[in-house]
Amino acid sequence: MSALIASDILSLLPAWVLMHAAALLVVTPLLSGPIALILSRGRLAWVWALGISAITFALSLVLYAQVLEHGSIMYVFGNWAPPVGITYNIDALNVLVLLIVAGMGLLSLINGLPSVMQEIEPKDQAPFFAAYMLCLAGLMGVAITGDAFNVFVFLEISSISTYILVAMGASKDRRALTSSFNYLILGTIGATFFVIGLGLVYMATGTLNMADITVQLRENGDSRVIRAAFAFIVIGLGLKTAMFPLHTWLPGAYSYSPTMVGTFLASTATKVAFYAMVRFIFGVFSTGEPFDGALLELVLAPMAVAAMIICSVQALYQMDLRKLLAYSSVAQLGYMLLGLSMGTAAGLSAGLLHMFNHALMKGALFMGLGIFGLCYGVRRVPDLAGLGKTMPVTAAAFTVSGLSLIGMPLTAGFVSKYYLIIAALERGWWWAVAAILASSVLAIFYVWKMVEMMYLRETPRAKSRAKKAHPKAPLLALIPLLILAMANVWFFFDASLPKGLTDAAAAALLGGGAS
Amino acid sequence: MNWTPELGLILLLAIPLGGSVGVIALSRWPNLREAATLIAGALLLANVTALVLAVDGGARPSTTLMQVAGGMALNFTLEPLGAVFAALASALWLINSLYSIGYMRGNKAKDQTRFYLSFTVAIAAAMGVAASGNMFTLFVFYEALTLSTYPLVAHNGDEKARRGARIYLSILMGTSIGLFLPAVIATQVMAGSTDFLPGGLLAGNITPVMGSILLVLYVFGIGKAAIMPVQNWLPNAMVAPTPVSAFLHAVAVVKAGVFTMLKMSVYIFGLDFMRTLPASHWLAWIAAISIVLASLIALSKDNLKERLAYSTISQLSYITLGAMIATPLAALGAALHIIMHAWGKITLFMCAGAIYTARHITNVSQLKGLGKSMPWVFGAFMVGSFSIIGLPPLAGAWSKLLLMMGSTDPINRVFIGALIISSLLNVAYLLPIPVNAFFGKAPDKPAKPPTAPRLTVIPPLITAAGTIVLFFTIGPILDFLRPVFESGGMP
Repeated sequence: MSALIASDILSLLPAWVLMHAAALLVVTPLLSGPIALILSRGRLAWVWALGISAITFALSLVLYAQVLEHGSIMYVFGNWAPPVGITYNIDALNVLVLLIVAGMGLLSLINGLPSVMQEIEPKDQAPFFAAYMLCLAGLMGVAITGDAFNVFVFLEISSISTYILVAMGASKDRRALTSSFNYLILGTIGATFFVIGLGLVYMATGTLNMADITVQLRENGDSRVIRAAFAFIVIGLGLKTAMFPLHTWLPGAYSYSPTMVGTFLASTATKVAFYAMVRFIFGVFSTGEPFDGALLELVLAPMAVAAMIICSVQALYQMDLRKLLAYSSVAQLGYMLLGLSMGTAAGLSAGLLHMFNHALMKGALFMGLGIFGLCYGVRRVPDLAGLGKTMPVTAAAFTVSGLSLIGMPLTAGFVSKYYLIIAALERGWWWAVAAILASSVLAIFYVWKMVEMMYLRETPRAKSRAKKAHPKAPLLALIPLLILAMANVWFFFDASLPKGLTDAAAAALLGGGAS
Repeated sequence: MNWTPELGLILLLAIPLGGSVGVIALSRWPNLREAATLIAGALLLANVTALVLAVDGGARPSTTLMQVAGGMALNFTLEPLGAVFAALASALWLINSLYSIGYMRGNKAKDQTRFYLSFTVAIAAAMGVAASGNMFTLFVFYEALTLSTYPLVAHNGDEKARRGARIYLSILMGTSIGLFLPAVIATQVMAGSTDFLPGGLLAGNITPVMGSILLVLYVFGIGKAAIMPVQNWLPNAMVAPTPVSAFLHAVAVVKAGVFTMLKMSVYIFGLDFMRTLPASHWLAWIAAISIVLASLIALSKDNLKERLAYSTISQLSYITLGAMIATPLAALGAALHIIMHAWGKITLFMCAGAIYTARHITNVSQLKGLGKSMPWVFGAFMVGSFSIIGLPPLAGAWSKLLLMMGSTDPINRVFIGALIISSLLNVAYLLPIPVNAFFGKAPDKPAKPPTAPRLTVIPPLITAAGTIVLFFTIGPILDFLRPVFESGGMP
């Protein structure tokens, strides 16, 4: 049904778009970044970035339609055949990540204009949007490429532009500089580990094409070099994913960066790194037991559970709102890693589904905070007092997303947690079920701390701190928030879009159908 | 479009939610706003009456609202138990709405729009619970009920109300997500669905040990049934305005809890399977202990509403006890007790609120001699107390009788003792209140005693009369409920 509609829409587009959609997806934002720099005026650069983001999103939809139709597609650059040239391989997993990145990029850009105008100095606005587009291009590149070294290149493009973006929060809060520096150091260590791992792989196999590496590894079996390479790669990507306990860069980067960057990063950056991890563990190194078993059960699963519990507790005691959400993000990454570490198709599918849902809920929560910050300078939990009455729509959308974060029925968060629990039960991991539930209960407390503050406290302070007499949420900022809040409800009732993709992805990586 | 039972199921949700839209739209005109609530209440009652008649005629209307992820569906199916709960909640909602108007205006409460709005949403959630066709749907509306009643508990907005509401939310949500939800999911995994099946969904599908584990998860996960040790939210919820305590914490919320307990016992485990589970016996003991302990605590409370709250905890455990003993008679008694206790307890709460509105008195010890100036209120209180105690010719007599008759197996006989002790304790903590009011001597007489607004006095009189009527109309109610417990329920 949806495949039919998809092919109908595809037939409307010119052939060259269809043929080169995969390449255009990365090239468009990459080349447009510098142009934004030339535009030099903030609003103009924003319009340009908006257009490019919209095109990127449209292209990722085109790819989604193509994948629905053909299963998976391969794009060969310059017609150089795979082991020699660079290829883009796009299957369900790639499309899922591409949709998240492009969609959230577009929405956070729309949402971000008012806050960027307020927070970033006029002369820095055009460079800001340029860096944003480079970051977008980098993330898309990681998510789409079929070449291992390309992953490193794009990861660095996105990371370096992220350091810039985070540092631009300095005009609002000087701590952005240390956070950015901290992120720079750890991010670079991660990248270095990753590239060392790739070097070792290249040494052992003589190829950098992902599919080819898998073939070579299957033929030559494993060796100490390959094992070392695997360890380097997992740690490197773990740093980028903010896998507990390698997450220390994340709270600062999320909370002191400009509002829009926080929103964008929270819903995309770690997701892409997580994708790369999934791709390497189950795709590239899918040679069998020696790699998976011990790592998954003895390293990743305990780390995931530790993240879910410890970081939820940390979130509970945070009074800084964005830090609270950041710690919650690390905890939620624990859910995704837990799904991955089950090593079953059902578990992986549930983890990926949670990745999708988490982008929706955390994106919405950060947007809500951004609007509160814009209108009332809200930063800490007590600042939320009374906002349920003064900004009812924003507060309602914020609350809905918070409920989704808890995993309440009637919200998307419930669905992914539900599948995670089912997968854990199938795997016989009772302790994982207990951890999921305990972490959800902790989430109730830290979400409710905010909700209660919004609806049950009334302090005149919130009103007197207003920068205008009656600040209203800018419509531009509000609409993406509402879209996301509605998506949080919609994907409870009809999760077929992400679930179809995650099931297909898990089946492709691990074989067998997910339930 | 003609009314059909299937449409009636949708209307169960649509009418109260339509009422909430009306409340918002008319928020600037208090009289019209209250009219919206009352009209929705009357329509809902009419709709439920029609549904009850249909169910009595043998129909089991069913409609699937939507298919949700993971093979679960939001499904409404009405059977006698659910019909009874819906009828109870909708009838008392209408009466309580009248009372709310009197109370909220009499006390010049703030944020009345939010109050009426939350009430309509809560009643919609309660209707959803009543009509749920499977445990998953029930869980969804159970959570919706918790969330929609939270603003009501916190209504006064001061530190005490916030603290009470926080405890309310954390216990109810914590138990439901931590225990109830895994039980629902485990049921889905083990039985392939969570549908309410006559004779029990799990019977024969799982081992007694697994069944016992699951049962423990359910019983403590359904925090709204307030079995010890998850009872603490209920006394803390008494910070709410009295109409909230009266309706939600004597009828909708707590009865949704024990209703879930009964549904689980009858349709998920099946009464026969329940009786074979080792855990059910021990849980019955815990319920019996809750009954006696909560009664003792009630005796020690001087705050009238707190005393009533502990009395409620004790009475709720009667129902849990019946569900755990799981003989057809005991379960039938438990189902009756849902109705009988609700009418009695709401009377007591409404009287407490009327006294508060007139005199701003909250403690039992201050009530001496008030009977002469408020004879109707204390008269109703007296009748309600007698019903709770279980004296004929009042409603409470039947359910206690059936519960005891259902516990005559040697292994269960001890529970009869618990019920008798509790009844004696009921006498001890309830009767002194009206007796002192009528025969005690007031310390000093105000020149012109203030009277309670008429709208806070008439509703308890109606419900007190209701407890008498229910005593005499027991026949049809029993006929209506009996198929659930004896021939396995749905045809």
